[in-house]
Amino acid sequence: MRWFAEWLDTHAWSTALHESLFLYPWIESTHVLSLMLFVGTIFIVDFRLLGIAFRDVPVSQVTSRILPWTVFGFVVSVATGLLLFYAIPIRTYHSIWFRIKVVLLVVAAINAWVFHRRVSRRRTYWDSDAKPPVAVRLTALTSVLTWCGVIICGRMIAYNWFDCYKQLPGWLLFLTECAQDPSSP
Amino acid sequence: MSLYDVFEYLEQTFIGEAIRTSHWLFPVIEAFHLIGLALLGGCVIVVDLRLLGLGLTKQTIRQVSDKIRPYFLVSLAVMFGTGIPLALSETLKLLYNRSFWVKVTTLAIVLIFTFALKNPLIRSERAPRALMFFIGLASLVMWFTVAGAGRWIGFSS
Repeated sequence: MRWFAEWLDTHAWSTALHESLFLYPWIESTHVLSLMLFVGTIFIVDFRLLGIAFRDVPVSQVTSRILPWTVFGFVVSVATGLLLFYAIPIRTYHSIWFRIKVVLLVVAAINAWVFHRRVSRRRTYWDSDAKPPVAVRLTALTSVLTWCGVIICGRMIAYNWFDCYKQLPGWLLFLTECAQDPSSP
Repeated sequence: MSLYDVFEYLEQTFIGEAIRTSHWLFPVIEAFHLIGLALLGGCVIVVDLRLLGLGLTKQTIRQVSDKIRPYFLVSLAVMFGTGIPLALSETLKLLYNRSFWVKVTTLAIVLIFTFALKNPLIRSERAPRALMFFIGLASLVMWFTVAGAGRWIGFSS
């Protein structure tokens, strides 16, 4: 995968984006603000599934009216996120925080899939329950926690504590594949 | 006593000092500030979408607002609880940071707007729909301005 980051890094547009005075900060800010819509609406839906908010509103009503907005936020988050990766591909590729974030995104995706495909199958039975069954609440809790983790890791990517040019312990060298990086000491 | 004196005094609190001397306190508090932002955003957006005639339209505006209210208050508590320590750690930098002043000014306006105008109008349940539409739009614009200016504090040094 390192070759892919290296290939992106050869693009003139990647460098131009990284060094741009306004475009990069604007994309970065849009990425951050998109979590208000994306993660924010996920939280509200999860709170309904946990049985702590909108308890007298059927789950299907909350999901059908709110999740389209979540999808909109998701599109903005992903589009701006890809551009941010494109602007700084190699450093981000090795970032331990980025790697944990990707793992958490996969967990969140599987969790969402489990919820929509498996847990929701019997939704007609509990759609109007103030407090949905434990399996539902479990996926909602997993969702809240993984998205919090995604936010934390995303924020940490900006810090250089574990960048390849630093002296890293062996296990971090392994997890970040920094040995492949010329800047590694 | 000038504004500079006030900010210089605030720079010396033990909270600010602790955050300044730590490598990881600022980033960690910042991360939780962002989690708070997500929750705040969710609360504001769900209510304001309803004011725009979108989202949870099967409930009345008041119903949506009442149900969101506790979470909105929690998110505000998280934002102030994390934001104030962050500010205390770099007070003198903020004094000369335009984004910071845009943020706190807009924040003050939107808080007064929310608690003195928007919420009472919602509770009255008599305001015309066009007015509520405008209130929702203004609220969204102001909150996104606060968030955007907040993010920009880090860019403008």
